[in-house]
Amino acid sequence: MRSQDEEALLEEFERKIEAEEKIEPTDWMPEAYRKNLIRQMSQHAHSEVIGMQPEGNWITRAPSLRRKAVLLAKVQDEGGHGLYLYSATETLGISRSEMIEALQTGVAKYASIFNYPTLTWADVGAIGWLVDGAAIVNQISLQRTSYGPYSRAMIRICKEESFHQRQGYEIMYQLAKGSPEQKKMAQDAMNRFWWPSLMMFGPHDSESAHSGQSMKWKIKRQSNDELRQKFIDQTVPQIEVLGLEMPDPEIKWNEERGHYDSGEINWEEFYQVINGSGPCNHQRIKHHVKAHEEGEWVREAVRAYRAKQAAKKENAA
Amino acid sequence: MSQEHLAVYEVFVRSARGLDHKHVGSLHAESPEHALMYARDCYIRRSEGVSIWVVESKNITASQDNDTENFVEPMDDKPYRHATHYVLPDSVNNM
Ligand SMILES: [Fe+2]
Ligand SMILES: [Fe+2]
Ligand SMILES: [Fe+2]
Repeated sequence: MRSQDEEALLEEFERKIEAEEKIEPTDWMPEAYRKNLIRQMSQHAHSEVIGMQPEGNWITRAPSLRRKAVLLAKVQDEGGHGLYLYSATETLGISRSEMIEALQTGVAKYASIFNYPTLTWADVGAIGWLVDGAAIVNQISLQRTSYGPYSRAMIRICKEESFHQRQGYEIMYQLAKGSPEQKKMAQDAMNRFWWPSLMMFGPHDSESAHSGQSMKWKIKRQSNDELRQKFIDQTVPQIEVLGLEMPDPEIKWNEERGHYDSGEINWEEFYQVINGSGPCNHQRIKHHVKAHEEGEWVREAVRAYRAKQAAKKENAA
Repeated sequence: MSQEHLAVYEVFVRSARGLDHKHVGSLHAESPEHALMYARDCYIRRSEGVSIWVVESKNITASQDNDTENFVEPMDDKPYRHATHYVLPDSVNNM
């Protein structure tokens, strides 16, 4: 049973949500709201960080110095996005090391798309265009999320994302307008990344475990299926400009709906990858653990520096 | 007691819920609590804000103006960090 105080607090919380006022870290919030946010935001942060791996794979093999500088800048941005999001999540009372622990032990998830390998240079183009494109659709919607620090992180991130998608599309465009081999490479990369990109929006609304409550509290502002449709509608004309074949033969303009129809996603694959059996799940976490352990000397140096500074102060006093 | 002996505080105001706190100015005060009250009386007399942060100025570590060459300018030669650097066909240029 709720105390009277808590009843009043809940009422005030719900009033703010209703009135489109943001919830700030110092405000009272229901435990379930806090938990729900921690789950979604930390998952988002982990995705930014793990997402550095498939692209990082091509930094040393980029086809030109310009492409290398661009890719390096993009991957650097993603690391920054991870930082914005971890910091915003920390305002909810969870520590960075708890979040890292949850990622490394598989308790926390990250976007399943990053469990696919990057086989050719065209994959770097497909990722920037499709994966960042899908992320942007989701993140634009989340700029209006009810939690202040999350919303502000999304606004900052969206400003930086546009270049990510454009550099990807530029790669795809060059390949698609290049030699027959290059065009084939672009087609193949798009075919492989199309479906996992659609999966990024999560299960159908009817199947989505967390959606109802998240929408009610305005953590999420648009449903998985709405956002997915938005992505399909904006991406199909971009495929046409590339002059590539549609990755899904069922894609067709539906005059009545005012949207593109498309084929059904292979949900079995989605759940397989989410639950750890994708092509690269094991490799991604293993690499994260390795990088984390190899960075231990840096954390140790920070602690040593702090102790030394404290001792200096003590001596001076 | 002269004002000069009081600590200087920087004042940050959030104009509406959901927005960032923005720096608006500074003031002298004898404690953080007083700084908050003075800031309220000084900076949001016309409801300019819904939340205030005060930070003692000496606790702010700032970059140095005379070091911009090393500190800021290395970012100037990286135009590829901007969306406008990428030239796309008109029909998809809204990306
Ligand atoms: Fe990102
Ligand atoms: Fe992202
Ligand atoms: Fe990105």
